Amino acid sequence: MRTIITLIAGLLFGSGLKLSGMVNPLKVQNFLDLFGDWDPSLAFVMGGAIAVTMPSFWLIKKRGSPMYNDKFHLPKNTDFDMKLILGAAIFGMGWGLGGFCPGPAITSLSLAASGTFIFVPTMLIGMIAAKSIFK
Amino acid sequence: MVNAIGILNLETQFTPFTSLAGGALIGLSAIVLMLAHGRIAGISGIISRLLPPSIDKMGATQGLTFVMGLLLSTPLWFTFSYQAPVQSVSNNFVLLGFAGLLVGFGSVLGNGCTSGHGVCGVSRASGRSVVATIIFMSTGFLTVFTLRHVVGG
Repeated sequence: MRTIITLIAGLLFGSGLKLSGMVNPLKVQNFLDLFGDWDPSLAFVMGGAIAVTMPSFWLIKKRGSPMYNDKFHLPKNTDFDMKLILGAAIFGMGWGLGGFCPGPAITSLSLAASGTFIFVPTMLIGMIAAKSIFK
Repeated sequence: MVNAIGILNLETQFTPFTSLAGGALIGLSAIVLMLAHGRIAGISGIISRLLPPSIDKMGATQGLTFVMGLLLSTPLWFTFSYQAPVQSVSNNFVLLGFAGLLVGFGSVLGNGCTSGHGVCGVSRASGRSVVATIIFMSTGFLTVFTLRHVVGG
C-alpha cells in the first residue's frame, strides 16, 4: 500500500510539472528573464504549490507521526552555513543556464527531449561528486 | 531566435491558470509524501539518496517508486491529452551538460532544489529554505541576464 501511495505521489508531481509548464526550460528561463520577454507563470506554480502545502503541513504535523513511519524526517539544521549559500548559488546558475531543475529534468526523460539525455547524466555526476566531497 | 551561443530567446505564453493548477498538483504530491512517510518532497534529495557513495538502501524502494511515478506521468498525460507538453530545449549540449553538473553539485551541496527549498521548505517557514530560494532565484536571474543580454545580446 505504501508503495502505491508513493507511486501516486510521483505521478501527481510529474503531472503537475507538465501541466504547469515547468518541464519547458524556455519557460523557466523566461521567468528568470525580468528584462526580456518575462513570463511570470512560474510564480503561479510556486504560489499554487505553497498555497496547498502550507496549511496542510501544519495540519499533518498535528497528527504527531506520519502514516507509515514512527516520526517525521525533517531537516534539523538551522545554520546559514557556507554550504547552503554556495550550493544554492551554484544550483541557481545551472538552473538559469539549462532551464532545468532536477524534477522536470527526470520527468522529461520519458518525453524524450534530447537535451535531457545530456543534462540528467551530468546532473547525477554532479550529485555524486558533491556527495563524495562533502558528505 | 537562437543567439550565437545556442541560447533560445523566444516568448512563451503566460499561463496563470494551468500553472496554478499544476502547482497545486505538485503541492498535493508533497502532502501525500508528508502524510504517508513524513518526508519532504525534495527531488534532489530523493535522487541523491539513491546514488553512491552512500546509498540509502532503506529508502531505495520508495525513492525508486517515486522516480518511476515521475516517468510514468508521461503515459498518464497522453491518456488525457493528444498534445505533448510544450518543450523547447537548447541544442547546445556542452552548455546543457555543464548546467547539469552545476544543478547536481549545487543541489546536493545546498541540500535542496526548487521543490525541497522552494516549495516544501518555504511552506514549513524554514529560514534556510527561504534564504536558499532567494539565492538560487538571484543567481538564476543573473545567469539568464548574462546569457541573453550581455554575452548573447
